[in-house]
Amino acid sequence: MNFRINSLRDQALALARRPLFREGARDATPMAIGIAAWGLVAGVAMAKSGMGISLAVFMSVLVYAGSAQIASLPLIVSDAPIWVVWATTACVSLRFMAFSFHYRPYFAHLPRRQRIALSYLMGDTNFALFIRRFPEHVPGEAYPDYFLGSALVTYGLWQVAIITGIVAGAAIPASWGLGFAGTMALLALTCTQLRTPSTIAAAVVAGCAAVAAYALPLRLNILVGIAAAVAVGVAAHHAQRVRGDARS
Amino acid sequence: MSALEIFLTTLGMAAITLLSRSFFMLPKDELPMPRWLREGLRYAPTAALAAVVTPELFMTQGHFIDTWRNAGLFGAAAGLAFYAWRRSLFGTTVCGTGVMLALRFGLGW
Repeated sequence: MNFRINSLRDQALALARRPLFREGARDATPMAIGIAAWGLVAGVAMAKSGMGISLAVFMSVLVYAGSAQIASLPLIVSDAPIWVVWATTACVSLRFMAFSFHYRPYFAHLPRRQRIALSYLMGDTNFALFIRRFPEHVPGEAYPDYFLGSALVTYGLWQVAIITGIVAGAAIPASWGLGFAGTMALLALTCTQLRTPSTIAAAVVAGCAAVAAYALPLRLNILVGIAAAVAVGVAAHHAQRVRGDARS
Repeated sequence: MSALEIFLTTLGMAAITLLSRSFFMLPKDELPMPRWLREGLRYAPTAALAAVVTPELFMTQGHFIDTWRNAGLFGAAAGLAFYAWRRSLFGTTVCGTGVMLALRFGLGW
């Protein structure tokens, strides 16, 4: 047992000495303030959902997806059925699929278990860093080292920040109405997604449809909103393309 | 939800997020990205966030808000303005929540 712990420690030390690991960790550090501030806010929002400190910490450590966690909070508070929360999580997490699609050539040579372990650490910031550092896949580079460097720094910072937020948030009285921080965090996240006219149209449609269908049971209005927006988004995108083709 | 339900919900959420993250890493052979997924990727995440947040802002106790003296609405407007100015997640959240708290405790809305 002792031997195993020692060899694990040696492996960790060896990893920490590798140049690309260090470079990844160094590149991720300037993001620390943003990640920490965001984690703190997300933590306060989780504490104010009333799920209790231990469950909130459990969710943060296990799920490790800020946007999915924050989107699930109003649904958990309003007693939505579990499958509606899962469906919402799946939709919010679709962007991770795009990450795994782009990461694949860099990690395809690794055994599957390692690929899955690396997947768990994928996030928005380290994806941006990785693709900026390695725009093209050239065989032979130690891609996992760089990925682990930036991903582990991000994971550690995020968890410290969000757990601090959870514990601090639990100490603030409910009468302040600080649960609103969760709504604002969600609104801010939505804004970051509005990159093209068709995504703006999709967001507006989703919002209106979710309000209009509010009377539906089981918070089905969320799914109605998503379905309406995807339909309109696809239609708008095609209309734009047809118009573009006609002009050119 | 009860603690047990939240626990189960969390386990499922963890499985769903891990599956999405590892989706194209799982198979041995290369998978093409199907068209439906490409289109879904473009709109579903934004739509899901908007569908959750909009009712939070405009509905109270199951009804559309009936007064403009709503601290949350002004908080959200301030947050949006801040986002347009600075593009910061943290700043937007703090600004919106701050304005909401100021209206709530300052004007008693």
